[in-house]
Amino acid sequence: MFEETIGKRSKRCINVVERGAVKKFAEAIGDPHPIYVDRDYGRASRYKNNIAPPTFPRIFDYGTIEGLRLPEAGLIHGSQDFEYNRPLIVGEEIVCFSKVENYYEKSGTSGTLGFLVIKNFGEDSGDNVIFTSTTVIIITEAVRKGLKT
Amino acid sequence: MKIAEYQIGHTLPSVQLPPVSRMDLIKYSGASGDFNPIHTIDAEAEKAGLPGIIAHGMWTMGNLSKLFTSYHEEGFIKTFTIRFSGMVFLEDVITLKAELKEKVNESSLFSVTAENGQGQAVIKGNVSFHLYQD
Repeated sequence: MFEETIGKRSKRCINVVERGAVKKFAEAIGDPHPIYVDRDYGRASRYKNNIAPPTFPRIFDYGTIEGLRLPEAGLIHGSQDFEYNRPLIVGEEIVCFSKVENYYEKSGTSGTLGFLVIKNFGEDSGDNVIFTSTTVIIITEAVRKGLKT
Repeated sequence: MKIAEYQIGHTLPSVQLPPVSRMDLIKYSGASGDFNPIHTIDAEAEKAGLPGIIAHGMWTMGNLSKLFTSYHEEGFIKTFTIRFSGMVFLEDVITLKAELKEKVNESSLFSVTAENGQGQAVIKGNVSFHLYQD
């Protein structure tokens, strides 16, 4: 049921690296460093502004992928990566979308596990990629069965 | 010390987090928008077959990045790759570690882990830290 979503992507969504959201996020990961939260410190830095923590893109809206239906519960976050060309700058607009990269199944002792690979993209207004992030979601047999009913 | 001055096998100063509290996870839920109740509500965690609420994997990964924050004038995290290998429960004491493994051109490659009080890695992965050349 996930196989047919491979290659599908969402429509682009514009997100803003909001100052308040960056501050809250930095505090929530126990990293309220002045490069994230203090305006004057940011201005004096090489970025001439504050930046956002590397895992901040977690909060962006990437739009919905048509036909991809995920259960509300029971998903396992298997792995996660981020790749950056530069840090995110506070205040900038990021154009985001996501894509189903792959889906495959592996048999194990606890049944057949499904691996759904979703890739998220963040670009500037000139279509230059600022970051990508890839999430591998593990979907157990029990959870997949629940989806079919 | 600068990242550029670290040698292979050197470790960045490690960080031990205070015991994980429910408020840590409530705050992360709010800040990240991930309101999956297995991270905050006992009954929901039990319904999912867990002994208690568990931290968001992304909370732990987010914490881990702070080992590199103070080097922002020297470079930035170019790639950050993590595999989630264990669950983090309330009161767990997590230690964040990074060890320099390799230097390739303009990048310093670190292995990174977050370990629980039993010394088990709950997340494990790599950071490639890009050094500005100017």
